[in-house]
Amino acid sequence: MQGIDTLSAAGPVQHYFSPYTFNGGTILAIAGEDFSVIATDTRLSQGFSIHTRYSPKSYQLTNSTVLGCAGFHGDCLTLTKVIKARLQMYEHEHGSEMSCPAIAQMLSTELYYRRFFPYYTYNILAGLDSEGKGCVYSFDPVGSYERETYRACGSASSLLQPLLDNQIGFKNQQGVTEVPLRKNKAPFLVEDMFNAAAERDIYTGDKVFFSLITIDGISEQVFPIRKD
Amino acid sequence: MAAVGGTLAQEHCGGFSFENCKRNAILEKMGAKLPTARKTGTTICGVVFKDGVILGADTRATEDTIVADKNCSKIHYIAPNIYCCGAGTAADTEYVTQLISSNIGLHSLSTGRQARIVTALRMLKQLLFRYQGYISAALVLGGVDLNGPTLHTVYPHGSTDKLPYVTMGSGSLAAMSLEEAKKLVRDAIAAGIFNDLGSGSNIDLCVITKEGTEYLRPYDVANEKGVRRGRYSYKRGTTG
Repeated sequence: MQGIDTLSAAGPVQHYFSPYTFNGGTILAIAGEDFSVIATDTRLSQGFSIHTRYSPKSYQLTNSTVLGCAGFHGDCLTLTKVIKARLQMYEHEHGSEMSCPAIAQMLSTELYYRRFFPYYTYNILAGLDSEGKGCVYSFDPVGSYERETYRACGSASSLLQPLLDNQIGFKNQQGVTEVPLRKNKAPFLVEDMFNAAAERDIYTGDKVFFSLITIDGISEQVFPIRKD
Repeated sequence: MAAVGGTLAQEHCGGFSFENCKRNAILEKMGAKLPTARKTGTTICGVVFKDGVILGADTRATEDTIVADKNCSKIHYIAPNIYCCGAGTAADTEYVTQLISSNIGLHSLSTGRQARIVTALRMLKQLLFRYQGYISAALVLGGVDLNGPTLHTVYPHGSTDKLPYVTMGSGSLAAMSLEEAKKLVRDAIAAGIFNDLGSGSNIDLCVITKEGTEYLRPYDVANEKGVRRGRYSYKRGTTG
């Protein structure tokens, strides 16, 4: 948290305080025809140490929306707290839950509100839209967002996104029939993805928290990955 | 001898050149990103037991937050009766041990005697001290010679310790059997593998006794790789 500018040994020594730390974590979400899945690893770390092996980074917001939130854990906690509070206010006012696309817009507003002292968080929102179709929204830390069919973010995002491009987007493949992802195949694909990430990324490991969102509700599942 | 402009260019005399340090510091201040060396955030250890020495190491090499090598070898050969675990910058540990191994080899050839651990130790510390810590090699040196089994640690600046048996109580160590000692080293390395993000993958051991050396690589696979659930083979022609 505190550091010294070692290069300016001859001149004045500058001390600084950094309000941010990186606590690792990877999020993966896929939107299907009538479902969506979102998975996060459960390792919480800092530097070369592990704080805890089980701290899921997904937050259930409504009966059809789950938020994946990684980066600086302190900001993740605050952001989800603020979002949950605003959702409750919405429910009191309108007598119904906020839809997933509406939550996405609200999250974007909330992130941009802190444009010049941002939440150090990488967010993915997964759920169902008003027509019951699977939807995934990905965000940058200051609120730029986009609806997508699949997205990886967090510490192993650069390892996973090309895998998703290939396996779900059928990128760099010739003469293949693009079949939409089936509901029963999604957990296997996600498990393989996280196993691959844990092989090479030191901030991804221990366990994966997996949520499947359908019209019938949200089913959760936890499976182990590498622990080193 | 003719001198141009009154000053003689100094002849290159080998070793490290620090002439670009100032320039690099300025470039870095201006925002240039300098390349980083591969560091082996590492777990290494050694234990003396009744008949010899056991060295242990993990097998992960990292470049920043990415695992560069999942199964690298960190127990280096010095002489048939001496091995050395290395942590720090991968290139430094590799080259320092190779250099000392070479010199030890020549030394025992010219003396006609088996190499001693203290000889390797002194060569290492004098080399590292000369470079004032710029060679980042933190080592655990162990072996068996006429003085029996010995273990030393060497710090990057050139200071050395004879390893403290005290942590376990010397009596219990002296009575420790080979299998007990192996288990102890395994557990120590496993602790590093699971709790330090810079260490990982497998456990290597090196058992050195009077009778000879046994290099166990891997001794234990601390982590089983996850089993693939899907099938990812491409039909012929898919990838162009």
